[in-house]
Amino acid sequence: MLDYRLSDETESLRTTVREFAQEVIAPQIGEFYERDEFPTQIVRQMGELGLFGLPFPEEYGGAGGTYFDLCVALEELARVDSSMAITVEAGVSLGAMPIFRFGTEEQKQEWLPRLCTGEALGAFGLTEPGGGSDAGATRTTARLEDGHWVINGSKAFITNSGTDLTQLVIVTAVTGTRPDGGKEISAIIVPSGTPGFVVGQRYSKVGWNASDTRELSFTDVRVPEENLVGERGRGYAQFLSILDEGRIAISALSVGLAQGCVDESVKYAGEREAFGQVIGKNQAIQFMIADMEVRASTARLAYYRAAEKMLRGEPFKREASIAKLYSSEVAMDNARYATQVHGGYGFMNDFPVGRFYRDAKILEIGEGTSEVQRMLIARDLGIG
Amino acid sequence: MNIVVLVKQVPDSGSERKLDPADNTVARASADNVINEMDEYAIEEALLVRDREGGEVTVLTVGPDSATDAIRKALSMGADKAVHVVDDAIHGSCAVQTSGVIAAALQQLEYDLVLCGAEATDAQLSVMPALVAERLNIPQLSGARKLTVEGGMAKIERQTDGGYWAVEAPLPAIVSTWDTINEPRYPSFKGIMAAKKKPVETKTLADLGLDAGSVGLANATSKVLDFAGRPPKGEGVKVVDEGDGAQKFVDFLASQKIV
Repeated sequence: MLDYRLSDETESLRTTVREFAQEVIAPQIGEFYERDEFPTQIVRQMGELGLFGLPFPEEYGGAGGTYFDLCVALEELARVDSSMAITVEAGVSLGAMPIFRFGTEEQKQEWLPRLCTGEALGAFGLTEPGGGSDAGATRTTARLEDGHWVINGSKAFITNSGTDLTQLVIVTAVTGTRPDGGKEISAIIVPSGTPGFVVGQRYSKVGWNASDTRELSFTDVRVPEENLVGERGRGYAQFLSILDEGRIAISALSVGLAQGCVDESVKYAGEREAFGQVIGKNQAIQFMIADMEVRASTARLAYYRAAEKMLRGEPFKREASIAKLYSSEVAMDNARYATQVHGGYGFMNDFPVGRFYRDAKILEIGEGTSEVQRMLIARDLGIG
Repeated sequence: MNIVVLVKQVPDSGSERKLDPADNTVARASADNVINEMDEYAIEEALLVRDREGGEVTVLTVGPDSATDAIRKALSMGADKAVHVVDDAIHGSCAVQTSGVIAAALQQLEYDLVLCGAEATDAQLSVMPALVAERLNIPQLSGARKLTVEGGMAKIERQTDGGYWAVEAPLPAIVSTWDTINEPRYPSFKGIMAAKKKPVETKTLADLGLDAGSVGLANATSKVLDFAGRPPKGEGVKVVDEGDGAQKFVDFLASQKIV
């Protein structure tokens, strides 16, 4: 059987998020973006909509939906703005998901209800100034001392880590040496405001300017031993296991941006006149937009396919990599053509496509670069 | 407190709307059908009153099968149950006939307060609250920008161009609302999931004890005889200033009855 129609509920969710994005986010996000400001009020409203609790069960304050529901919501958010989409994506996949998957019942009870409503935001501190996907390069350390972890080190590019809503960061740190001599890496919850935990200034970024990204430093930060998330020494392995589904989410976000490029280009081509007619009458413009639609549609199928396998409980690693690789490159291509359709206005920050252009590049980098995806796909094919 | 909200599905006012040339009624099949925007404010107000006073919110819709989408949205926002009057014979009914169907459906429900939008974006007649009030012999409070319910009375601020009137009436009453009264909530995903399980009762004209001859295009009190597209915009008037530009400009505004 082949059926990629959305269920009534998911379709209603899609429509609601679409309306919210158009009515609440679209009119004001440009100004926040220009000011490099995190729009706390919009994020609270997304919390009220239940977006941060989408894939979690109701017993923890979630909405009882699926991870695919989250992806559909992310697509509709990114169709209007990627900063808000990544804020939700990181809040769910990186802030709450590790606690839901690996946390103790006490940790779930303590954190999930707040994280699901968006009243609190969580962040995941993995990447360090010295490296991202390379676990062996982790330099942050945590040692046990009188029932407390004492953490020292620093983290880089951490999304959602310094907002008014942020209440915790889950930090990966070296907690010892494995029998094979490798580093033992564990994940530990550090509540915001813990002495010695310093949140740095916001980065000046090329894109995603209304999202919060910071450098963090830890100097003799003490948290209770119970703040360990999951098994000691499994911190990195645990993270890898949730990385594949995160790739589907980034793919959905990329498809949203790609579709937003189509939306804006169709609108502009139907309004802008040159040489006595709207530019949409020109075949050169029509073909650019038609190709953009082809790319957005096929990229959507790629993430639907990966999500479908995930929901069925089948291995989906390759499909997730294919979806992430393809849709992020599609987003970049569509952003390039959408700005071209807009001509000089495409280079102005007042037009959404300018924002899309700046937001697209990171999609080929975050959650595993395009090169990492190609490597994973090749490895899965049995070569290399 | 039992609250009934009248909800209508209409063609989206943001997209192209057409009449069906076969019988000059609204072409629903080709339209992007949505819940009437003003009704969302009535639903929100019903939910606010219920949350203060307790009770239940029932959504009442008269419309084709596809109107279930409008019902589902109202239930997703938080209404408790719905009644959907659907009958092929209703197609093409005028406002007077439709008010008879709504009144008959209301008589089978328990209600203290009936809420509806002050107008529907398709026909923009704004007569439904008055028609229903007359048929049920209950007071109507129209065009509310604020509503309070206390001591068996509904009190509203009726919005006017120059300010507002304070108007009140004993319950049961029907109140119509403008978009100044509140900010409708977006359905949460929990609400969307919960809506699936809420009861929607479907009723036909026979269930309401109505005769098919009392409704429908053939017996409507008003019908569209002919229609035409909006004429293309004219060329406009070019005023060349030869020292009397201001006068010509004022004359033009006066000729258009703008000043």
